[in-house]
Amino acid sequence: MSVGGRLRGPSSRVPSLPGSLPARHRWLGRLFRNRLAIGCLALLILLHSGVFLGPRLYTASPYKVRPIEAFAVPSPVQFLGTDESGRDVLARLLVGGRISLLVGWSAMLVAVALGLIVGLVSGYSGGRLDIGLMRITDAFLSLPTFFLLLIALAFFGGGIVILTLVIGLTSWMGVARVVRSEVLRWRSHDFVAAAWALGAPPWRIVSRHIAPHTVPSLIVAGSVGVGNAILTEAAMSFLGLGINPPTPSWGNMLQNSQRYMYAAPFLSVYPGLMIFLTVLAYNFFGDGLRDALDPYSVQSE
Amino acid sequence: MASYVFRRLVHSGLVLLLLSAITFLIIQIAPGGPSILINPDISAEDAQRIRENLGLTRPLPVQYVRWISALLRGDFGRSFIDGRPVTEVLFERLPNTLVLSGAALLLAVSIGLVSGTIAATRIRSLIDHAVMLLSVVGVSLPLFWLALMSILILSVKFRLFPAAGMSTSPTDASVADRIHHLILPATVLSTVYMPQIARYMRSSMAQVLVQDYVRVAHAKGLHARTVLTRHAMRNALIPVLTVIGLMMPTLVGGAAITETIFAWPGMGRLAVDAAFRRDFPMIMGITVFFSAVVLLSNLIVDLTYAWLDPRIRY
Repeated sequence: MSVGGRLRGPSSRVPSLPGSLPARHRWLGRLFRNRLAIGCLALLILLHSGVFLGPRLYTASPYKVRPIEAFAVPSPVQFLGTDESGRDVLARLLVGGRISLLVGWSAMLVAVALGLIVGLVSGYSGGRLDIGLMRITDAFLSLPTFFLLLIALAFFGGGIVILTLVIGLTSWMGVARVVRSEVLRWRSHDFVAAAWALGAPPWRIVSRHIAPHTVPSLIVAGSVGVGNAILTEAAMSFLGLGINPPTPSWGNMLQNSQRYMYAAPFLSVYPGLMIFLTVLAYNFFGDGLRDALDPYSVQSE
Repeated sequence: MASYVFRRLVHSGLVLLLLSAITFLIIQIAPGGPSILINPDISAEDAQRIRENLGLTRPLPVQYVRWISALLRGDFGRSFIDGRPVTEVLFERLPNTLVLSGAALLLAVSIGLVSGTIAATRIRSLIDHAVMLLSVVGVSLPLFWLALMSILILSVKFRLFPAAGMSTSPTDASVADRIHHLILPATVLSTVYMPQIARYMRSSMAQVLVQDYVRVAHAKGLHARTVLTRHAMRNALIPVLTVIGLMMPTLVGGAAITETIFAWPGMGRLAVDAAFRRDFPMIMGITVFFSAVVLLSNLIVDLTYAWLDPRIRY
């Protein structure tokens, strides 16, 4: 998929022009020329550092209940006001963001790891194992995984760990398919034959010679995957099945705010806006990465 | 053709069996039982009797085989909560969900195809950039938040659309009143699918438009619109159809959330309620039934390929 990756083949190492990036890093140059993608990367860095470092600067407690101060309007003390129990909204947004981003990232990592394993095994082994694994992948793709999420979360009671596992286990199929097609594309190259001729065992050929070529696709899938996992987490928490109160997450803050929608509409604006901006930034950044890594794709502009 | 359909049906049956086994296992090994047993007023003997009545004391494989064999005879069992047959409740709710998701899909497909085509005919123009930008915005919007905001703005502030329900009163409802209630939830639900259809339509159409046969059609003096609708459209639709097929499974989750927010009495909401109440037969029945509908619609999507492209035969 990446130009850089293709040039890493032993026979085709091209000397880079003086002063320019080495050929294998040229995609970085393309990425940095994409202003939208870089803007989104900056937004993501800001969001992550804000969410993880922010609570050190903004020290209001996200849990402390003060009924007297319920629905307070924004003030220099409480930047975004308070919710129905007088808890500080900004503090809850920051801590809730930690949970949402944590679940998003770890669910994506579960999905990518599982998809990578299935894709590598399926693509390299071929034959019956390949057919079997792809049948399972297609079966998962053709089923409404919403029910698996719903049932697993309702019966095991949500929480960060269950949520991460369930989201990861229901979203690996796309990665598996992409990895498999990459493996099929690279395994017929001469450097794979050379490694095999030198007596390298299959696991070594796969892990050292083929897997590195799937990295660009994995990064793109991962970027979009974090966004989707955050959306799923929020949707399940919104239904009351994800992160359990009083721990805040953007999804359950939104669920909570639904009851006070008419009295305090802004309570339902903030968490949704945070989810939207985060997912949007991940999607634009993922798109930019794909265009930079694969400049010949039709999607690129 | 017939043998292909048969093979697909057998395959779908196996997938359903796998799914039902997984969900059955999750439900049975999860801690706690059906919610009736949580009632503290029930004595230990009564709880045991209830368990025996519901068939929960038998070994798991026996329960599963009994459930499956009843299912094959069309018996989905009875709700643990109110004792009504699951099939009765399902068929009561099914039309509502079909109306909602059907309207949403229709809206998503028609607007998605048109905007994708417009973008593809004017690649790199302002309108193309706008469509692509909006499509990313669309896939990033949390459905439930969009629903809340649309209620807040369009229903509460401007009073344009009703915020909840399927009709003003359940007993008498004119078609106009029902459509008025349908517009907001269907539009909100369609935003999940519209952007993806537009994106795929754009790239697929852009690839078709540079083909030789399209140039030939232009060269022999056909009207641009005729070339687009009669020559390019058919081939461009094939990859888009795959995407629409892949959307079917996710339509259920979207419908469940939309139904919950708009108080729409459909199957999605029924599933969420049943999961919360731990109504085993109900949640199992909905899962299997809805998955069967999705698998069937996937088969129909695959069969339309042959209609779009006569070279494809099964």
